[in-house]
Amino acid sequence: MPALIEIQNFEKSFGTKKVHEDINLDIRQGECLGLIGGSGTGKSVLLRSLIGLERPDRGQILVDGIDITKLTEKELIPVRKRVAYAFQGGALFDSMTVFENLAYPLRAHTDLTPRQISEKVMKLLSDFGLAGNDKLLPASLSGGMQKRVGLARAMILNPDVILYDEPTAGLDPFNTTKIQDMILRLKQMGKTGILVTHDMPVAFKVCDRIAMLENGRIGVVDTVETILKNQDHPIMHFAHGEVA
Amino acid sequence: MTEEILIFLGGFGLLVRTVSSEFWRRPFEIRLIIEQIFHVGSRSLPLILITALSTGMVMTLQFGIGLAKFGGAPYVPKIVALSILREMGPVFTSLMVAARVGAGMASEIGSMVVTQQIDAMRALGTSPIRKIVVPRVIACLICLPLLAAIANVIGILGSLIVGTNELQLDPQFFLLKAVTTLKVSDWTSGIGKCVFFSLFISLTACYFGLNVKQGTKEVGLATTRAVVVSSMLVLIGDFLLTKLFFILF
Repeated sequence: MPALIEIQNFEKSFGTKKVHEDINLDIRQGECLGLIGGSGTGKSVLLRSLIGLERPDRGQILVDGIDITKLTEKELIPVRKRVAYAFQGGALFDSMTVFENLAYPLRAHTDLTPRQISEKVMKLLSDFGLAGNDKLLPASLSGGMQKRVGLARAMILNPDVILYDEPTAGLDPFNTTKIQDMILRLKQMGKTGILVTHDMPVAFKVCDRIAMLENGRIGVVDTVETILKNQDHPIMHFAHGEVA
Repeated sequence: MTEEILIFLGGFGLLVRTVSSEFWRRPFEIRLIIEQIFHVGSRSLPLILITALSTGMVMTLQFGIGLAKFGGAPYVPKIVALSILREMGPVFTSLMVAARVGAGMASEIGSMVVTQQIDAMRALGTSPIRKIVVPRVIACLICLPLLAAIANVIGILGSLIVGTNELQLDPQFFLLKAVTTLKVSDWTSGIGKCVFFSLFISLTACYFGLNVKQGTKEVGLATTRAVVVSSMLVLIGDFLLTKLFFILF
């Protein structure tokens, strides 16, 4: 499979703290790549950089051959329509209802009529098991529901790539399974995914490959199949809590 | 301290530049602008009315008692009306709006930063400047001059109440003196200053809100800074603009 996203010689620091040094990683079309690592290794920073929410100090991020690190906020708009970001806490607009949150990208980027927008939002809410919640404000939703609404909002423009930032963090097993099934369904639809997570069972279930960040670099990247076959694999040690 | 001022000036300049480029871009966010006009204008009105009324009443009392010793009570309507229109109305209204609206804007935007709502706007391919900052700036540009105009009228009304009851001035004489003293330039200089003050307040509040980096503690700090800096800009700007208007008109 060809690489859809290429990260080349990526470096990022915050003040004197160097978070990433010389990161090189390819994300292939249609695959789901897991990105794991201890807390503070910069998984979310790397994920945010893939849609220009963070700028690297050095290096390139090629999305379909276009280096997005050189683009302005305005030039990034087409990239952000293709690459969606599902935030850890949902990042729903708290002054808007669930319906308005989902309608927001459609109103901003499409010429759909209010009726068409309504139909599309209602269908997506139903697909994500959120029917009947359209008039609620985010504050009145549970954490799991907020994450699902956030995922639905990320999906509404039908992106090619979805970046999941710890989608199951803090959820009960029931909601974790729901989110996991949604990611699997999106993968079956041919969507490319990058999953930042600490939840190793979910990573093993939904990912094709897993990359581990260590000391600011990609320490190891391997297919899930290979990892699961080898109990001595560094990622298995991480999964069993034997390394930080 | 010097470093902080330079960072503020640089960041503020960049914000002004971005807002200027987004300001005229269509389609206008009419719904968001109306929402903000309600927050900035309607909700500030009771505070402005009380401030203006008490300012007019207190000034009349102070001037009246002082001038009455020299038989100067009949000059009170002139002095108070001029003071209110040129200075007290616009400046007190702006300070009240800076405290109420500026604080609200900075804390609301700061909270949106902390909960990643601003990042979500960017990630969804929309501009937080266009969706958040521009409607607030436009709302302030519309509301502050209107609030100041209302404050001027209410201030003079407060002055009239005290002038007639405490200083025993004839109401008709009071109004005649106040109205004939005032020129169009007195109205325009006060209201004109409010246009600048509204920019100082809204842009400062949005700047500090957008620059919240971590946690809710910084939201509180941003709110305080927004009120302090915008109030200082109003007061310093008032002197400079008064001087400028005297030169121009």
